[in-house]
Amino acid sequence: MNILKFFTAGSVDDGKSTLIGRLLYDTDSILADQLEALQSSNRKNDDGTIDLAILTDGLRAEREQGITIDVAYKYFQTDKRKFIIADTPGHIQYTRNMVTGASTANLAIILIDARNGVVEQTIRHSYLVSLLGIKHIVVCINKMDMVDYSETVFNAITEKYKGLAQQLHLKDVTYIPVSALKGDNIVQSSGNMDWYEGESLLHFLEKVDTDAQDKSQFARMPVQWVIRPQTEELHDYRGYAGRVLSGTFKLNDKVTVLPSGASSTIEKIEFFDQSPAEALAGQSVTIHLKDDVDISRGDTIVNASALPNESKLIEADLCWMDTRALDTSLTYFIQHNSKTTRCKVNEILHKVDINTLEKHTADEFKLNDIGRVIIKTADALAFDLYDDNRTNGSAILIDSRTNLTVGALMFRAAVE
Amino acid sequence: MSTYNFDYLDELEAEAIHILREVAGQFEKPALLFSGGKDSITLVRLAEKAFRPGKFPFPLVHIDTGHNFEETITYRDKMIERIGEKLIVGSVQESIDQGKVVEQKGKNASRNTLQTVTLLDTIAKYEFDACIGGARRDEEKARAKERIFSVRDEFGQWDPKRQRPELWNIYNGKIHKGENVRVFPISNWTELDVWNYIRREKIDLPSIYFAHERDCITRNGQLMAASPFLNMDDEDIVINKTVRFRTVGDMSCTAAVESEATLIDDIISEISASKISERGARMDDKVSEAAMEDRKKGGYF
Repeated sequence: MNILKFFTAGSVDDGKSTLIGRLLYDTDSILADQLEALQSSNRKNDDGTIDLAILTDGLRAEREQGITIDVAYKYFQTDKRKFIIADTPGHIQYTRNMVTGASTANLAIILIDARNGVVEQTIRHSYLVSLLGIKHIVVCINKMDMVDYSETVFNAITEKYKGLAQQLHLKDVTYIPVSALKGDNIVQSSGNMDWYEGESLLHFLEKVDTDAQDKSQFARMPVQWVIRPQTEELHDYRGYAGRVLSGTFKLNDKVTVLPSGASSTIEKIEFFDQSPAEALAGQSVTIHLKDDVDISRGDTIVNASALPNESKLIEADLCWMDTRALDTSLTYFIQHNSKTTRCKVNEILHKVDINTLEKHTADEFKLNDIGRVIIKTADALAFDLYDDNRTNGSAILIDSRTNLTVGALMFRAAVE
Repeated sequence: MSTYNFDYLDELEAEAIHILREVAGQFEKPALLFSGGKDSITLVRLAEKAFRPGKFPFPLVHIDTGHNFEETITYRDKMIERIGEKLIVGSVQESIDQGKVVEQKGKNASRNTLQTVTLLDTIAKYEFDACIGGARRDEEKARAKERIFSVRDEFGQWDPKRQRPELWNIYNGKIHKGENVRVFPISNWTELDVWNYIRREKIDLPSIYFAHERDCITRNGQLMAASPFLNMDDEDIVINKTVRFRTVGDMSCTAAVESEATLIDDIISEISASKISERGARMDDKVSEAAMEDRKKGGYF
């Protein structure tokens, strides 16, 4: 059994919280005391049934306003899979929250109101999904009960969306007609739409194969911590602790340490009381090298025959996440895996109007703005391109005055 | 992140180890908050996996309400001896004696809220810049939005509106002097995940997690362990019951559940079938719908 992390884009009006509530409710993931709190709440649907949306509205301010204003994580499981939902608000002013929720997801659910079809926010959400490199997309056409469960309506929306998917290079798209409010095709297949031959949303989520998400098989491990017990019996012990972010390291593999460029060979791989012959992507291990090379936190151990880019000038997509606008004269911190160095945004190449997908020149970058920039870092970064390797192709910008995370970067090219 | 070849427990474990090593790498004076409960016991195992054969790059800190289950303290001391790491104890009794906090009165009196002050004092005294805790997002609605690295101001306050975006697996631990970060490596685990992990790793737990006979009284519809720490009166009838505890907090606020589960397998099947959430047995969450959120803003863990 593995974990599927997915994120949901959609606005309050599309019934996003209701959809998540429905998934939890129909999979028996809501416990009695939580249900009791739900039933005693003042918020009810018009027909008096319990409002499932409350389940995902965490904070008091949100309950008062009746909207989701942050990223909430929800957990449920079936006998086939474990699920982590990043529930994010859909309105444009919460673009940064959507980017945050999407960054760890390997599947996205895009909600479309059947009465309205593909609208401005559908374009926006789909753009963010493509920007963040989410490979699997489920388009849920919701509120089918409000359009008499009409196949014609469903087909028209599907056709419209296919054009958008093509424009954004979204390849793996699945369309499901649902009513989150009534429970059609969320967990149980609907009896109201005989014309639909596909699976319910849950059944699809249980089966979708996300293992090929990270197509890069090049071995990379950023060193987080050097284990040196310095006791009498372990006097010369020196283990490099980190999480393999892609590929596989095997015993006797030739590796290069960046940024120094030093070469060595893997002598031993340790995982607590075990010494496995290989370390796979996703595993947190400790690696020992044959040669005595100088390695510290922030260095990256990579497969010697497949080196990443190394550059101080990087072209990247930037999403700005702070209320204080980008200042191109200012030096920021950039955090890339375990390495933190200083950087500047040298140039804004363009900004994207995420409602229309039009690119235009700009000299300012404000909260929720997205566009292409060139950054210059103090130390060279050893990185891959985001589309090849999400983890080694992403970084955050930190304002050195406030220490806040102000930008999300997706690396697109090394600038020669 | 590719997930082939290893299952969800391996994935959760690898993520938690990654987070613990980030704490080691990013902070000067971190600490691991140890309550004696199963979640913090799990953290200790994860720290062993992250740092052995080296020492932990942080001490363990126990905020002692003075109203502990005796079994928890026995367990704690034995464990510290086994792992050979440093333990720092912050005492709520001391905070009371120093007049920094006042003991609650009345039937529902508990030291649960008082421990916030002792915790903040202990953090200040040892100048901890990061405190690792065992909170999970599945526990409660307000926790579902908490970051893995969660910044607290110098008053220990959590501001849900000023949380830093947390992207990919990059954790921003930069802080100003006086601030500190709460770190939750098992944020993405559920109660069942923790139990399955404990079973898989054969981790020893305090005996109160397993069914045993105990004198109890009924309070607000819940079973509480009869103890000198509970303000009891003539209306309270003591009955001997076979119970166990799902969480380990202060004796005056942790309710027992009737259970025959003496083995970990029994507990896992019991939880899988259970219709009451874990924090449903915490009286401190029942005060109002937004109880947890208010306590977190005030610096509660």
